[in-house]
Formats: sequence, C-alpha cells, structure tokens
Amino acid sequence: MKFMFFVKKLGILGILLLLVIFFSIASPAFLTVQNFINVIRQVSMLAIVGVGFTFVLIGQGIDLSVGSQISLIGVVTALLIRDAAMSPALAVAIGVAMGAVIGFINGILVTKMRINPLIATLAMLTILKGVSYIACGGMPVYNMPSSLKAIAQGYVWVIPIPVIIMIVIVLVGGFLLNKTYFGVEVYAVGSNLEAARLSGLNTDRIKITVYALLGLLTGIAAIIMLARINSGQPVAGTGFELDVLTAIVLGGVSISGGEGKISGAFVGVLVMGVLSNGLLLVGLGEYYQMLVKGLVLLTAVGIDGLQHKRSAASKAAAAA
Amino acid sequence: MAGLACICQDPRSTRPDESMTSTKQKILSLSGITKTYPGVTALSGVSVEFHSGEVHAIIGENGAGKSTMIKIISGAEVPDSGTIEYESVVYEHMTPHLSRQNGIDVVYQEINLVPTLSASENIFLGNPIMRGLTLDRKEMSRRATELFERIKLGIDPKARIKDLTIPQMQLVEVAKAVSKIPKVLILDEPTAMLTDTEIEILFDLIRDLRNQGTCIIYISHRLQELSQIADTVTVMRDGQKIIHLKTSETSRKELISYMVGRDVAETFPERNIAPGETKLEVRKLSGNGIRNISFAVRAGEIVGLAGLVGAGRTELVRLIFGADPKSSGEILVDGRPVEIKHPRDAVEAGIGFIPEDRKGQGVLLNMSTRWNIVLPMLRQLSGRLMIVDRNRVDEICNDFKDRLDIRTPNMDQLARNLSGGNQQKLVLSKWVARKPHILILDEPTRGIDVGAKQEIYRLISKLAEEGYAVVMISSELPEVIGLSDRILVVADGQIAGELERPEFDQDKILNYAFVH
Repeated sequence: MKFMFFVKKLGILGILLLLVIFFSIASPAFLTVQNFINVIRQVSMLAIVGVGFTFVLIGQGIDLSVGSQISLIGVVTALLIRDAAMSPALAVAIGVAMGAVIGFINGILVTKMRINPLIATLAMLTILKGVSYIACGGMPVYNMPSSLKAIAQGYVWVIPIPVIIMIVIVLVGGFLLNKTYFGVEVYAVGSNLEAARLSGLNTDRIKITVYALLGLLTGIAAIIMLARINSGQPVAGTGFELDVLTAIVLGGVSISGGEGKISGAFVGVLVMGVLSNGLLLVGLGEYYQMLVKGLVLLTAVGIDGLQHKRSAASKAAAAA
Repeated sequence: MAGLACICQDPRSTRPDESMTSTKQKILSLSGITKTYPGVTALSGVSVEFHSGEVHAIIGENGAGKSTMIKIISGAEVPDSGTIEYESVVYEHMTPHLSRQNGIDVVYQEINLVPTLSASENIFLGNPIMRGLTLDRKEMSRRATELFERIKLGIDPKARIKDLTIPQMQLVEVAKAVSKIPKVLILDEPTAMLTDTEIEILFDLIRDLRNQGTCIIYISHRLQELSQIADTVTVMRDGQKIIHLKTSETSRKELISYMVGRDVAETFPERNIAPGETKLEVRKLSGNGIRNISFAVRAGEIVGLAGLVGAGRTELVRLIFGADPKSSGEILVDGRPVEIKHPRDAVEAGIGFIPEDRKGQGVLLNMSTRWNIVLPMLRQLSGRLMIVDRNRVDEICNDFKDRLDIRTPNMDQLARNLSGGNQQKLVLSKWVARKPHILILDEPTRGIDVGAKQEIYRLISKLAEEGYAVVMISSELPEVIGLSDRILVVADGQIAGELERPEFDQDKILNYAFVH
C-alpha cells in the first residue's frame, strides 16, 4: 500500500527512481558515468521525436508514420550523398525538410481532408515504407562520408552531439508548450476542438503546424539514425512509432488529447532507455525487453486509469 | 376533440370520451416525487396518475421538469423523496432494468438504432426470436414485415437504418417499442422531427396501442397536436404539477396560460435605452434550415430571439458567427459587408458568441480557469517569441473574477470543477475581455441557478448600456421579455413575427411561435 502511494505521488518519476535503484543493485556496471551517457545517447532519437509526438498527442492527433519517415529520410539522404554526389550538409538539410513536408501533408490529410488521423498516418506509414524500398531497391545504402558519422559519434567536451541536440529540442519544446500562446492553443484544440474553433482559433492551422513540427523533429532524428548506423537502411525506423508512443504515454501524455507535459514525456523516454540498458546489463536480451516494456506500460497506464476511476467514483458519491 | 370518440375502439369503455380517467385502470402513479440537482430543484412534490388505455400528455416550458419525470419513471434517475406505484406495487425508485422488465418503454428524441443493421434486425435487437441456439431470421423478418404492413410504416424492413431519413428512423424507433406491446410507452417529443404525413402514421400507431390497453405518456411542445392525440394533459411548470385536465375540456389558450402563468420571479435590471447606429445587419441569410432571414441590431440594443426548440434560432446565430456555412446572404458590421467563413472571421469583425451547449462548445472543461478566460485574445497578450504575458493574463483574469464574481479558489482551477453558473461566467468573460461590439448569446442562462442568472442579466444589461449590440436566444419567455428591447419570433427557419417592447406579451409570442 505504501509502495502504491509512493508511485502514485511521484508518478512516472517514481517508477524511474525505482528502476535506477533496482538496476544499481542488480548490476555494478549500471551506475557509472559512462553508462549514464550511454543511456542518454541511446534515447536521444526517441526523445527528439517524443517532443513532437507530445504536441501531436496533446492536440488530439496521432502519427503512426514517424518510423517510416525515419527509414525513408535516411535512405534518401544517403542516396543524395552517394549517388547524386551532393554535399552532405545540403543532403542533410533536404532530409530534415523532407520530414517537415511529410508532417505537413499528414496535417492536411487529417484537417482539410478530414481523414481519421490513425488511418491517414497508417496509410502514410505504408506508403513511405514502400517508397523507401523502391528508392534503394531494398538494399542498404553504404559508403557514407566520415563527416556524417560525426553527427552521431562526435563529442563536445564529454557530451555526445546527439545528446546536445536532444537537450536543445527538449528545452525548446518545453518552452513552446508552456510559455507561448501556441502551446496554450494546442492544449485548447486537444481538450475541446469545437470550443476552440468557436473561440476564433484557427484550429486547422494549429493541427497542421503540430504535425509539421513532429515531421521536422523526425527528420532530425532520421539524420542522427543515418549517421549512427552509417548507412541508409529501409528498415531503420521500423516499429519506432510504437516505441515513441509507449514512452510518452508512460510519461503521462493522454492518448485522448488535452493533457501531458514535455517533462513527463521526457521521463517516460528515460524509463524506456533505462529499461533497455538495465535489462541488457543483467543479461536479458531484446525478447525479454519487449515483454517487460509492455508490462510496464500496462502497469503505469493501469494505475492512472484506476486513479481516474476512483476520483470519478468519489465525485459521483459526493454528488449523490 | 369530439373526433376522438369514433377512432377510439376500446372494448372496455362504452363512452370513451367522457369518463376516460374514472373507468380506466390506474397503472402507474407518482406521489410526492421530489428531485434536486446541485443548485436546481427539478421536481418538487409531484403527484400524477397514469391510466391504461389512455394517452396522457405532459406539457411545459423547457426546464419545467418533464424530462426528469420521464427519467424517474424509467429508472434512469432516483428521486430524493416520494414513491412510485406501478401495478399496485409501491417502489421507492425504479431501475432501468426493472422498468423494462415490467413493460415500461421509452422512445427518446435521439435515435438509438444500430445504423448498420436492417430495420427488422433493429426491431428485434433486444429480444430476438430464437430457434434452438440460432437466431430465427426468417421469423423475425416475417414478423417485422407483418408489423410494418399493419402499421402502414411505408418502410422496407430490410432497409439498413443508415439508408433511411431521420423521420423514418424515428418511426422505426417507435415501431420497435410498439412491437413489444409495452404496458406504458413514453414518447419524448416524438413529432419534433416528423413531417405531417409521418405524424399521421405515428398517431395511428399511438391510437392502435392505446386501444390495446397501453398507457401512453406523450411529451410535446406542439400544443395543436394535443387535441388530436391526447385524452388528458398534465401541465408542468418550474418542477411542479400545475393542473391535470381532459383535453376535450380545455383550450390551447388556457394551456398556454397555465404553462407560463408564473409571476415573473426574476427581476430584470432597468436600463436606459438609447439605441445608436446599426451595428449588425443580416440580409437574406439562408442555409442550415434558415430561409431568407433579414434583421438589424443597433448599438445599445438587446434583440431577443424567441421560438420553439428546433425552430432555427441556434442555426441562425451559428450562420452569423460562421460556425456553419451559409448558402446565401450578407452580413454587415458597422454598415460594411464582412465575409464570415469561419468563427475567427467573426471574432475579427468584433462578434462574440456564447453557444447553447456550454459544456460541449463553450467552456474547455479540462483547461484552467485562466486559459478559458483569455483564449480568444491569447495573441494580443503575447509579446516577443510568442511568449504569453502571464502578468497581463492574471490581471485580466482577476479583474473578471471580481467583476463577475467568478467563484474559484484560484486561476489554476480546472473549469470542470466550477459550477454551471461560474462556467458560464467564464464563457462570458472570454468575450467581454476581448471587447467585441456585438455579442450573440444562445440560451445564456440554461441550467443556471437563480442567483447566477441575476448576475448574468446584470452583465448583459450593462454591456448593452456600454453600446454593445446584443442578440439573445432564450426559451424562457420571461427572460426574453424582461431583457429584450425588441423580440423576433423564429418559427420554421423564418422570422414569424416581430414585437416592440410595448407589445411584449407571452400569448402573442407563443402564437407566432406555434404557427404550423
């Protein structure tokens, strides 16, 4: 009972602390500076996309196509560098812009064309996957220049470059959501679309912006992925959308819109990272990781649901 | 209506018209039923008797307590006190299961059919005919066809619900209830969406059922129907039963006077009326059921839109605000035509709109009091880098908290935790803060307790004195009469009548409203 109280009080942060304590005891290699940097580096792409996904989810949308975007952008950028002999800098810029454009198209589909976001982005997932296989003929694109590799493997002092990019994006995302009118408008659109529209908000434009923002961030993550695996792989982003969704829902972002915070989403991402890393260190491989991550998600969301139900029940009792 | 006698073929009654209530068997009675919701008394000490083989109409203004009464009979709500007697058994309250088991059926205004199933499948959805372990589709289809033919529904039983028109769906809904031959059938405004031919079919159905001994409780706003279909009528007002009459012994005029006959308890603020320039003008506006409506509102003027629910008042103001697309017509603000395609165009033009459905469209329940108040003017309150100026926001919020007496512990409180009256004050402040010159209010005091109502009246009057042009929809006649300078009565998508203040009169308004 005391444990439950603790977890409830701290929420997802409590779960993160528990995991850190547990793995510190279970494995001597866990609580070291080097391992800490490792975990952060591993989750950087998840966190970058997670920031954009948080906006989309709060605005009562969803985007299942981010994984396919990562694959396609990686493949296309690699092809531009290798086969079109484009300068890596320009190719990277085109890759990132591609993400924003795909996000923008997703936004148009769910607002102007009124397609259910789940369906629209599911279709986009499939389309982009097909295009990336077609573009590279199903073969990974190798022979990347070493300058590209630096994006993923370089350091500023002791901090990996992807981590720096992540920190900037998380801070900017938090600022945008908490301090600006745009953030308030996203919450408004997600908590009551019709009331927001009748208050004079340009609800379509807000939604489109949010999808384009997610696309842009996904573009950045795709470049980091490309640099990290040092080749354009058509399977690079497979299943990525579900990892992101799991992490930020774990972090308290509501799947039905209007609720959630960047800080929470970031902690959710950290939980996922610590789980992967810790389980590996105690000798449990990828298959066990899937099992455990699924269970953790169910537990976290289950506790949340129970709390809601209980508070609703107590409210009803008070009213009666 | 004398004509009733010949249609009525109840074998148990030789003189159907006269001794209706005395010879029929009592099936259901409410005694001393009281039901309160937070801040509102929906029913207070209501006692009514219902008899088998009788059509018993219940009429009253919106909020008179009719729907609460239905909910108590069907078991959807539990009364605070009083008892329900059904077939000589006394209950403290019903449950939905119990009432259905005992043959009480309700047809609500909303359609509750499964759109992808056929009409006949829907009819037998709750009580399927089985042959062994499988559904006997043939038998169900045969019976449905027979039923549809007998009641002359004119609908193919194999047609899927989603392919039918709304009135047809409504008839299927009634047919579904009829097929169970209930002992008590409650119809909630069954004719609201029907045309004349369908109303005839419905009335035949009702008479047929009555002759089989069913007690029919008939809720309606349409007074002129009562003489055709109802044997007796109970008038409700302010949660109380006012009187129970035989339809044959009363008149429409008498019913109206019972319905609205209260001494106006509300006081309406005195106001210096000095209307100025024309602020808002609507020319030949059509669309969304509205046909060719033109009117103008001047600065400092409150124009009331009266009419029945469904007459087109809400549709009209939604067209003006750009919430729904208009098919033709012109809107002028300050004498200049403005193109309003989206609510934000209306907001830009200086129009504020308080929608009828407060929780669904007005207030953002999961957002804080703060953001609810400043939502339409967020951008004006933001500076460099889109940063919202929290100091100015809180200044505005605290100002409105004082001016409108919004009862909230702090500005972080979620709107869902406030009372209905305070939520409505949030919606009002959201517009007033932005200082529009035109304010459209759709049922601004619906479901709000008396105290908060007074404050809202005071604010509306004050805004008009400051030069706002106000358009107000209200289904409460005393409210329209008390606040408006001019009343437009909307019926059937058109303006049926216009009254200046000296001519204000409830009977006149209702007469315009009930044209049919």
